[in-house]
Amino acid sequence: MGSITLKQVTKTFGDVNVIKPIDLQIHDGEFIVFVGPSGCGKSTLLRMIAGLEDTTSGNIDIDGKDATNTPPAKRGLAMVFQSYALYPHMSVRNNIAFPLKRAKVPPAEIEAKIASAAKILNLGDYLDRKPGQLSGGQRQRVAIGRAIVRQPSAFLFDEPLSNLDASLRVNMRLEISELHKTLDTTMIYVTHDQVEAMTMADRIAVFNAGVIEQVGTPLELYQTPVNRFVAGFIGSPKMNFIEVEPVDGNPTSCVGVRPEHLKVTQDKGLWTGKVGVIEHLGSETFLHIHVDGVGPLTLKADGDCPLKYGDNVNLTAPQNKIMHFDAAGKTLPPTPFSGN
Amino acid sequence: MATNNSNKSKIIYTALAWGISGMIFFPILWTLLTSFKTEAEAISANPSLFMFDWTLENYSDVLARSPYFNHFWNSVVISIGSSLLGLIIAIPAAWSMAFVQTKRTKHLLMWMLSTKMLPPVGVLIPIYLMFRDFSLLDTKLGLVIVMTLVNLPIMVWMLYTYFREIPHEILEASRMDGCSIGEEIFHVLLPLALPGIASTLLLNVILAWNEAFWTLILTAANAAPLTAFIASYSSPEGLFYAKLSAASVMAIVPILILGWFSQKQLVRGLSFGAVK
Repeated sequence: MGSITLKQVTKTFGDVNVIKPIDLQIHDGEFIVFVGPSGCGKSTLLRMIAGLEDTTSGNIDIDGKDATNTPPAKRGLAMVFQSYALYPHMSVRNNIAFPLKRAKVPPAEIEAKIASAAKILNLGDYLDRKPGQLSGGQRQRVAIGRAIVRQPSAFLFDEPLSNLDASLRVNMRLEISELHKTLDTTMIYVTHDQVEAMTMADRIAVFNAGVIEQVGTPLELYQTPVNRFVAGFIGSPKMNFIEVEPVDGNPTSCVGVRPEHLKVTQDKGLWTGKVGVIEHLGSETFLHIHVDGVGPLTLKADGDCPLKYGDNVNLTAPQNKIMHFDAAGKTLPPTPFSGN
Repeated sequence: MATNNSNKSKIIYTALAWGISGMIFFPILWTLLTSFKTEAEAISANPSLFMFDWTLENYSDVLARSPYFNHFWNSVVISIGSSLLGLIIAIPAAWSMAFVQTKRTKHLLMWMLSTKMLPPVGVLIPIYLMFRDFSLLDTKLGLVIVMTLVNLPIMVWMLYTYFREIPHEILEASRMDGCSIGEEIFHVLLPLALPGIASTLLLNVILAWNEAFWTLILTAANAAPLTAFIASYSSPEGLFYAKLSAASVMAIVPILILGWFSQKQLVRGLSFGAVK
């Protein structure tokens, strides 16, 4: 079991409302990602679920029981920290055994659990080393191992891959996803990296300034964002926003087009611009196009895109891929768009 | 040219360092030499640095006249006892100040430090009267309590500085792993802060060993440590410089030896936190 329910949960530091009333249901076995910019409250909420921060008001239920005031160790949750938070004076073996020793698990069972975790995480050769003798990826695996052996009802990950280099991050991302499939345990994962969120999550909760803007599957958030913030945050490169003058009967004040939906056309198109910086990634190319009266737009093209710096281009996008937002940033139903 | 200048400045700095060290060390050297002179040579108008009749008479006189080892034992009990008791109080205090900070933690730390700026004589009468009423005068327990209180602000400050260097997340991880606050301190914080705790202990042993004001006032014969033993050689019968020097040397030698062997640890501990 590992279902977690947040009911009108808030957090205040002095006069600052870091978390405004939040309701969220996290299902048993689900991989949910909290994503949002720095300072949006996602880590604070995770720490509140862990019990490391007090809850100002509201309730946190774990497996149907009110755990709002339960101490961290009694919540049945395990946490993996951004800085790994390993005990530097203990060997890998003792780091992993530490929570079991605290729970007074018999030594033979501890050894069996260490062996099992070491096998899952490929740590067998490092059990007698100290954390200082391990690489970043190995340390992160030890931190996960320490969490696994407790057999928690849910894992909490607080930006666990932020300190790793790019290639290792991709590997660890896969390993954590694989682990989720193997253990079938609830995982709550905090990140500011929307690529991590999109690739790992069953559901994503997008945070902004202490509120959840939208909760949904990665594709729901990508295809039907509820507002401009979510539309801009999900997707890489981020969505292009073009301000427009609202007219009678059409409250659209901004339209959004994802870089992958923007196309170069021989016809007049919706916008005309000049190609600026071109970023070649091999399989795809990002073109930064300066459009008069609109500003820079990003276009995602094929890897062998023939355009050059300074070329004049006409741009268009399929009508069904153009999103409309009102002055408050709320997504509007699609309407035909004929340019600014 | 640049090398010449750097060599020159190296020589100047080295000479300066030796000069200042010599100035600091000279009184100790003078005391050491005086302890091997006769009383007549010690008060001579034309004292000689090395050219005198070397004698161990002062040491044998001092050992014969006073129970040196009793005083030595009192010093050991008072300095180590007060440092250990201080640690027991200072560790939880520093833990809460480092990891459970409130708006007033900084003020509290400054207030604790400010007590060190108060001249001890300012609280002499109330402490003396309390000691009298609680029958603590001339007891080792009384001295242990006073030395603990006198050095507690320094201990809390030092430990606070070391604890601040320990990542908060490690302690949080231990909390998630099932530790109570006591277990968190015992299993995680203390092993990580061991160098800092050792140097705090060491410094406070030295401070308590050298403390003279309270030991002279609150002790007589039973609990008098080595500082009181030295002072006993400045009496109404006269000032016996050579014996006073011999007593001083015997009082400082144990702590000098301790300091010598632990200087690396002490310097490391004192600069911990100041240099990242």
